[in-house]
Order: sequence, then C-alpha cells, then structure tokens
Amino acid sequence: MNKQRRLILKTLMQGGMALGALVAAPGAALAAWMESAFKAKDMGEAMKNLLGSADAQDSDKVRLETPAIAENGAVVPIKVSSSLPNVESISIFVKNNPTPLAASFEIPEGTEPKVSVRIRMGKTSPVTAVVKAGGKLYSTTKETKVTIGGCGG
Amino acid sequence: MSMKIKAKASGGVVKAKMMIKHPMHTGMVKDKKTGKKIPAKYIQEVVVTANGKKVFVANLNTSISKDPFLSFEFKGKAGDKLEVTWKDNTGATGKGETVVK
Repeated sequence: MNKQRRLILKTLMQGGMALGALVAAPGAALAAWMESAFKAKDMGEAMKNLLGSADAQDSDKVRLETPAIAENGAVVPIKVSSSLPNVESISIFVKNNPTPLAASFEIPEGTEPKVSVRIRMGKTSPVTAVVKAGGKLYSTTKETKVTIGGCGG
Repeated sequence: MSMKIKAKASGGVVKAKMMIKHPMHTGMVKDKKTGKKIPAKYIQEVVVTANGKKVFVANLNTSISKDPFLSFEFKGKAGDKLEVTWKDNTGATGKGETVVK
C-alpha cells in the first residue's frame, strides 16, 4: 500500500517537473517575465530567448512610429500597430541600449494590435518592432537619433 | 503608488490609456549625493482585465521611462470594468480600476 502511494507520488512529481520544463521553454507563450530575454545584452540573443528565433521578416504590415530625433532620451514615445491577422504579441527592441528588449506586449484575442509606450534610449539606435502573428515573426526598424541620453544620471 | 487610467468606448472598441506612478530605477544610475548606485526597482509586468477577462499584458524592462505610460485598444463597451495590476522586480505590486466610459 505504502509502496503504491510512493509510486503515485513519484509519477505525479515527474509529471509536474516535465510540465514545468515545458512552460519554461524559450519561445513558449509569454506567460511570465522572461529574464533570459530581458537581461540579454545582445539583440539577437534577446529576440531568440523571447520569441524562439532572431529572424523576423521585414514587413510593411508592421507600422512603427518613432521620432526621427529624440531630444530627450529619457522619454521617447513609441507606437506600434499592425494590419496582420492573428497577432499574438508585439515586442520593442532598441539595439544600442544596454539591454535591447524594452517591452513585450501580449495581444489576446479581441485586443487590437496597437500599442504605445514611452521608453528610454541611451544613445542613437535603430528601434525594431517585432510582431508575432500566426506563429511567424514580422518586423519594421527605424532609426532614432538621440541628442541627450536617457539612461545616465 | 497611484495610477491614472482612462478608457473610452467608441464603435465597439475601447481605447485605454494608463500612467502608473513608479520610479523605474534601472540600477545603473548613481545617487548624486551619496555616489552609490540606486538599486534597480522597475515594473516587470502589467496585466489588464476587462470584466475579469485578460485583455492586455505588458512585460517591461528597465528601459521603460519613469512613470510608465501605456495605451492599447480592445473590443469592448461602455460600462466594462477594467482592472490593472502591476508587479515590480522587488515584488511590490499595485492595482487600479476604472469603468469604461
């Protein structure tokens, strides 16, 4: 009896661990704050850890609105929208920031693929919006010139 | 810490805007008086629900401006109850709510 109980417990625990590993796998749904992506110092690594791949197809269906020149790097307004169907997430990367991934937004069904946010930019950098739609990655990149950096003090 | 939320419905779509009062310390800036680094304190996750259903999740990094501003749009109507919760890297949390106009 006791032996059987242990077996059940063991099986349950193994199952639980397998499930945990699945949830933690890179590229899985953005259920939680993904440390390996947000702390990555390289943009390709951040993209890969967050979205499962560093390759996104350039697309005019990803609309990125950024200022061409940001006088104050501490507050740079960014707008991203998309005309792609089945958008799952929108992520914003600033290549030359110490940690390039600035934000990632989950877009549940019924929510429009249209977000705005204000970010910090340490210096002039390309800004890339990556949209995940139907399991694929699409992106648009624009350069923003920064006159006064927003990360120092 | 407080937050401001505004949500307005038009043609079946709700435009929601919010500003959360938060220092968003990067952990890389020195306190000018003490010369010591100010420890990182920044919001990592913002979750918005409408009538209990998840409509928006924002995962944020230290590179989001102080007092984070976010806006998004979802299919909804006047009277929907919006609830916003956030959590920062130190485990601190905050909450705000509004009714869609």
